[in-house]
Amino acid sequence: MPALSSTLSSDESPPLAAWSKATPQRGYVHAGRLCPWFACAAAVLCSIGLFVGLAVAQTDPHQHEHYRIAFIHTPSLWLSVAIYFVTAGTAGYGLVRRQRFLSMIASALAPTGAMFAFLALWTGSLWGKPIWGAWWVWEARLTAELLVLFLFLGYVALQEGIDDTRRADRASGLLALVGAFGLPLLYFAVFRWSGMYGAPPQGLSAPEDPVIGAGILLMSLGLFAYAVAATLARLRNVILKRERNSEWVVRNFGARP
Amino acid sequence: MNWGSWSEFWAMGGDGLYVWSAYLVALVVVFTEIAVLALTRRSILEHLGRYAKIARKERKPRNEDSRF
Repeated sequence: MPALSSTLSSDESPPLAAWSKATPQRGYVHAGRLCPWFACAAAVLCSIGLFVGLAVAQTDPHQHEHYRIAFIHTPSLWLSVAIYFVTAGTAGYGLVRRQRFLSMIASALAPTGAMFAFLALWTGSLWGKPIWGAWWVWEARLTAELLVLFLFLGYVALQEGIDDTRRADRASGLLALVGAFGLPLLYFAVFRWSGMYGAPPQGLSAPEDPVIGAGILLMSLGLFAYAVAATLARLRNVILKRERNSEWVVRNFGARP
Repeated sequence: MNWGSWSEFWAMGGDGLYVWSAYLVALVVVFTEIAVLALTRRSILEHLGRYAKIARKERKPRNEDSRF
């Protein structure tokens, strides 16, 4: 009887516990398998996209060649915002459900997101200067994007700065969640504020042309693939670092004499 | 094709400074990220190897005892 009861009780919890224990290991293997494919896709798509954008697309009568910055700016902007919400979602869900693998994914996403946010701001100001005559304006979209960059940097700083992984995940996950609710608020607040106290400058937009649209689409897909590849590569690093004491890491990576 | 020659392409109709500095920075940032990822992986693997070596050294006497 005691044997039966012990198998019954072990039937209820261990499978899930075993699954969540095995997740980092399986994640490590799958990430390593997928990463090269996304990297290749990124290289091919970005090469075609850059060729279309820089060489094939026609000179615009209004924006001349300035609009060519869009092929890097627009995808960076989309990706940084998308990656932010995915980071906040995985970090938040990992926080609530105590799934450390989700926190690992969030921590692998954040630096790439920060990179795209930085690129979006940098290329945006290089595009804004000739079109608006200013490197920077306090406009809703720009201010929100600046906040995205700061949230990413804050996330990374908390991850790096707190030695205890669980506390680091909790602190940075909380920051990411607060930012996910704060971002739309800030966006609409600045939108109203700049609408009341001065008309916002017209947004930067690429000329409407099927070739230009195709170039932006190709670059978006290519940089998306790059973001996935970089995140998977970083996820492998994060898993190894965090699981360094687990049996499978020691067995596989510590065995070399 | 929009350009007649390479020099036209690099000049970007006089807007080259803006366009190329945007792409140059993007290139630098992307390749820096790739390099950092590769270097981090290498240092982690080195640490794991060293860590295991220390653990083996500490465990060695006990293993010999059990064998003989």
